[in-house]
Amino acid sequence: MKNKMFKLVSVAGIALALGACASNPPVEEEVAVTTPPPVRDTTPPPVRDEVVTSREVVQGPPPGTVQDFIVNVGERVYFDTDRYNLDADDMAVLNRQAAWLQAYPTVRIMVAGNCDERGTREYNLGLGERRANSVKDYLVSRGISADRIETISYGKERPIDGRSTPEAWEVNRNSHTQIVSGQVG
Amino acid sequence: MALKRMILSLGVAVTVSMGLGAPAMAQLEGEVTQASAREFRVALPDFNANTPEAQALADQITAIMRNDLRSTGLFDLLTPDSFIQQDLSVLVQPRFADWRIIDTESLGIGEVEIMDDGRMRVAFRLWDTAQEQEHLLSGRRGRQYVTTSENLRRVAHVLADDIYTSLTGDEGYFDSRIVFIAESGPRTARVKRLAIMDQDGANAEFLTNGQHTVLTPRFSPSDQTITYMTYERGRPQVYLFDIETGRSEALGQFQGMTYAPRFSPDGNSVIMAQADNGNSDIYIMDLNSRRRTRLTDHPAIDTSPSMSPDGDEIVFTSDRGGTPQLYVMNRDGSMRTCPSGGRDVACRITFGSGRYSTPVWSPRGDLIAFTRQANGRFYIGVIEPDGEGERLLTEAYLDEGPAWSPNGRVIIFFREDRPGASPALYTVDLTGRNLRRLNTPGDASDPAWSPTLR
Repeated sequence: MKNKMFKLVSVAGIALALGACASNPPVEEEVAVTTPPPVRDTTPPPVRDEVVTSREVVQGPPPGTVQDFIVNVGERVYFDTDRYNLDADDMAVLNRQAAWLQAYPTVRIMVAGNCDERGTREYNLGLGERRANSVKDYLVSRGISADRIETISYGKERPIDGRSTPEAWEVNRNSHTQIVSGQVG
Repeated sequence: MALKRMILSLGVAVTVSMGLGAPAMAQLEGEVTQASAREFRVALPDFNANTPEAQALADQITAIMRNDLRSTGLFDLLTPDSFIQQDLSVLVQPRFADWRIIDTESLGIGEVEIMDDGRMRVAFRLWDTAQEQEHLLSGRRGRQYVTTSENLRRVAHVLADDIYTSLTGDEGYFDSRIVFIAESGPRTARVKRLAIMDQDGANAEFLTNGQHTVLTPRFSPSDQTITYMTYERGRPQVYLFDIETGRSEALGQFQGMTYAPRFSPDGNSVIMAQADNGNSDIYIMDLNSRRRTRLTDHPAIDTSPSMSPDGDEIVFTSDRGGTPQLYVMNRDGSMRTCPSGGRDVACRITFGSGRYSTPVWSPRGDLIAFTRQANGRFYIGVIEPDGEGERLLTEAYLDEGPAWSPNGRVIIFFREDRPGASPALYTVDLTGRNLRRLNTPGDASDPAWSPTLR
């Protein structure tokens, strides 16, 4: 649990650091729940390369991009051993995901449920399915249409940390929200 | 011939691993009770041959037979140095006294002839040197095969099966194959391919190219079909694979994920788990009509179903009690009287510490093999269908996914023997003492046994 907290804090830290010298702060939970900002024109503006580069340096990933989602919203929530319930940290991430999905209503996502290696393959497939659906159900409860959310279970087949340590198991017990289509830019 | 030898080098295959962690196992209920296994004292002298080429084939055959018999832990193969009688022939009764004096109980005599048409003829007889009479092999006095040398390994396995059956009274299982998952690459980007090999590790080949993750293959008891799970279409689904044609097909199109498939004992159905909206239940699909029937309807995870040999009962994993445990239900969904006394549709049969999963019913019907997880370790064990007589056979960092030999006497499973170790295939007998690692061409997991090939 400590390790997971550390990771979340460090992601937030990056977002704050980027936001400090940018005109747009990172997306907050309250923003856009009731009034989503208009979707940007998906046609890339005819900007010069160096302008784009400097903008990215200053502002971080352009809003509405996969990078924006990963860096400013957070793509994973983490679970305790054998559990699939969401705690306050998880809900904070998922609230940001819901707000972001409200802001970009054409985006469709796939939520993948993952488990650590300390369980049998078949039970873990079932557990991963539950974890993915916990996230889906929560996002639906925050107003995201179920039609936009696919789920998949990878059981213990897709560890993000390949080591056999308690630290690795902690991060490998997660649900991973991936944007599959409709993103801006 | 060069090719044959190369394939064979994959094969001679088995190394004994010693040393179960007995003290750690003793902390758990259901610790190993070791039945005393009888060792049959068998002499299997080199076969006679009519030419040097035939002698080379004969030597391969006897090597394969000896390896098969040794792998069981049931046979003490006597060393040729001790043999007194050298002038053996399949046509002549041996001098029994010469064999009794070196404590031989059974003597196998064979010969190989390369015939004029190039095929080989293999003849074999088995003698009871104590009773001074011939052991019948499949009801006959001796066996003879005429075939091409490509079938050499199978002939050797069939003869070893004859010896095994004649002496132990159980059906032999050497003429059979193992389907498994061949693994390669780093853990964070693992490549998993469907693979198959002979029971002794020979003739390994890949059946899929590794483009999609495949898991948990299981053999049909009645034909050359495998059922398994694949991510081929993104969503994990149960498939069938025809070994003879190399073709695969999805077993129906369902909402959600289908997984944990196994054939019914008659081979006519596949029983599996399906997860929809996060909840896994057990279903059975008739392979002819493709009609599907739901067998459990519970908010818990119900998975890993396996049917009893008569098809009347099903054992499965469920966490309806809070942790994964084994439950038994009737195929028709009727109420049972549970071992704990109450009546229920599904009765819990495991009550030891930790978690139980991946149950698989023995083809003999008497035992259910399982994976148990407790105190940070994994165990393969067996338990009677009424929950009595639990015994743990193995222990390691990860021991998972037992499967039975066709005769219900041996369990194959996969092991990671320490944190970070690669998975490998192991077999263990029901005493827990004869633990062996099978050589595979690379890392391997999720093994399952074919029926015997005849």
